[in-house]
Amino acid sequence: MATTNNSTLHTLYINARLIDPATGRDEIGGILCDGKVISDIGPHLNDGKPRANSQIINCKGHCLVPGLVDMRAHLGEPGEEHKETLETAGRSAVAGGVTTIVCLPNTEPAIDDMSVLEFVARRARKLGLSKVYPYGAVSKKLEGKEIAELGMLSEAGAVAFTDGFKTISDIQLMLRALSYAKTFDLLIVQHPENCGLSKNGVMNSGETATRLGLGGIPRYAEIIMVERDIRLVEMSGGKIHFAHLSTSDAIDCVRKAKARGLPVTCDTAPPYFALNELAVGDYRTFAKLSPPLRKEEDRQAVIEGLKDGTIDVIASDHTPQDEESKRLPFSEAAAGGVGLETLLPITLELYHNGHMKLIEALNLITHRPAQLLGLKAGKLEIGRRADITILDPERGWKVEDKTLKSKSKNSPFDGRPVQGCAIQTIVDGRLVFQAEG
Amino acid sequence: MNTNEQTYLCYHRRHLLGIEGLTPEEITILLNRSETHVQQNRQANKKKSVLNGRTIINLFFEDSTRTRTSFELAGKRLGGDVINMSVSTSSVKKGETLIDTAMTLNAMHPDVLVVRHPQSGAVSLLSEKVNCAVINGGDGAHEHPTQALLDALTIRRRLGHLSGLVIAICGDVLHSRVARSNIHLLNTMGARVRLIAPVTLIPSGIEHLGVEVFHNMDEGLKDVDIVMMLRLQRERMQGNFFPSIREYFNFFGLDEAKLANAKDNALIMHPGPMNRGVEIDSDLADDFGRSVIREQVEMGVAVRMACLEILTENLDQSEGSNL
Repeated sequence: MATTNNSTLHTLYINARLIDPATGRDEIGGILCDGKVISDIGPHLNDGKPRANSQIINCKGHCLVPGLVDMRAHLGEPGEEHKETLETAGRSAVAGGVTTIVCLPNTEPAIDDMSVLEFVARRARKLGLSKVYPYGAVSKKLEGKEIAELGMLSEAGAVAFTDGFKTISDIQLMLRALSYAKTFDLLIVQHPENCGLSKNGVMNSGETATRLGLGGIPRYAEIIMVERDIRLVEMSGGKIHFAHLSTSDAIDCVRKAKARGLPVTCDTAPPYFALNELAVGDYRTFAKLSPPLRKEEDRQAVIEGLKDGTIDVIASDHTPQDEESKRLPFSEAAAGGVGLETLLPITLELYHNGHMKLIEALNLITHRPAQLLGLKAGKLEIGRRADITILDPERGWKVEDKTLKSKSKNSPFDGRPVQGCAIQTIVDGRLVFQAEG
Repeated sequence: MNTNEQTYLCYHRRHLLGIEGLTPEEITILLNRSETHVQQNRQANKKKSVLNGRTIINLFFEDSTRTRTSFELAGKRLGGDVINMSVSTSSVKKGETLIDTAMTLNAMHPDVLVVRHPQSGAVSLLSEKVNCAVINGGDGAHEHPTQALLDALTIRRRLGHLSGLVIAICGDVLHSRVARSNIHLLNTMGARVRLIAPVTLIPSGIEHLGVEVFHNMDEGLKDVDIVMMLRLQRERMQGNFFPSIREYFNFFGLDEAKLANAKDNALIMHPGPMNRGVEIDSDLADDFGRSVIREQVEMGVAVRMACLEILTENLDQSEGSNL
């Protein structure tokens, strides 16, 4: 390599509370980055001795954690650049402490082909913000008819397969996809929603929907699909991951499947443990999500699922929508909310509200998603790429238009006072985000 | 008149977007004012001049004959200038959004917008973007406040009061904004509301709105004071909610035999337009002793006059305070 000595950046971070959920490490210490990689870690780095030509950064007691890993985000490029681009998503991600994003294939054209996958990966690499790993589509053009080239997409770098926010509805296709994926030991990620039941629905079915005169999406739309797919896993021997579970019964199905030793995992997204259907209030389209916000009992069940480990991961479910898609009558408005910048503080609410320890909450957004998808991320380890977030779990701020870096501002948490934010975000040893103040 | 003046001041809202959330006093004020217009509408000279100089725009994103005509008549009888706009046939087809339409109209300085829209919540969304008063002329399956008010006025004039009455609302509750507004109004005024429909036409969780749900007409109609039939909104139905009209009429259509369960002098109401032989037997609909369906239409004009009048009075006040 042409780049030697003085151009290699050595950075020593000291006075940090090192939290590494993968190893259980939680201690005061330092970390030394040698160019792009971590070269040393531990309390001994706090001894005050300078290391060879390194710049020293004093973390002032803030937490130094592995960069956050978000296993579900829609990034908009290619095809919907007016809502989000890889660059704006990248800026939003690093502002939220996220250094690794796994993006959905619901682009235009869809990521059902090596060339599109490589386009996205290359564009993201060039930007040098968060690392972006794409999902490959399960079905060609996401049409739910024919299986895409899973094997070749996997070789090209697809980390797992999903039709994103479209459900793989056809039972025969799902069975084939699970079986075929088993050939290469690939994971299928499902958005569990029975479309027959959710058709014409725009929010959770029940009293609030009835009061507002809006079509309801019954909880059973999710439950039935989870039950069906667990049977298909049994039948095919494939493995499945359910995205953004929102109902107590669906979580319970996963709990039982895990107890039976089936290769079933799941995640949820911050809105499902921090909000309930009442957030829709007077037709607030920012609270129109898919799956819809559910009842309070479901919200509490999601927290229970996170606590007992049934729910493996928290993902942002980042879905940017421009004003034109949201400033509409509720039924016509697009679903989804931006989430890259609220993943950390809303997850930390679990810690602040006493549901779990800080290291456990961080595990759900660092080590667990990386482990689940086999990504080299989410861990502080010598020899690994230095993807690091320095965060203050206590600092308060308010979610607002002007605080969000994402190109779209449709946060379901709009106006909410939250606690916890990234102070510095480091990708491959480079500082890519520095909080103001 | 001084006491009257004071009660008039009690409906302080800028808009009339729904019945939910209104107090019994506010509803009473609207009904009392409507009452004053009933007599006026029966005279040879029906015209007043309280809305002179005011512009009312009927903005209908959904086809309507009766409600639109009723509002038009109400506005004209009070001396206002009324303009009808059917948007389903103009700018929306050219891609203009609801909010753009609202802003465009707002720039023309109307005083009252009467809005009907096929989507629930659309009228309140629009009301946030304009400076004038907005009356909800029906939004999706959400609310139709003037219909509930005219129904209440009809009942009150016939039976003298609302509290304590037992009212059965029968039929397509699922798609009905009329049912929702009536449930809110009647509950607020102390009446008891029953709903009667096949399970497929009852929206989930409706019992939390303070109603009793029945799936059998004979049981549901037992000793009720009022039978309120709803129109089957077949144009909104996506999929099969019942197997056939014949079967529906057999079990849920109102006929003499089913009506016999109600109180002897029970009144029959229908928001119109009726599907004769579908939800109501033709002879019953025309039975002047019991059916108050035509009276409802008459009350509609009076209620809409009252709403226009009160909302423009509120405009006067806010305009006055600006000076």
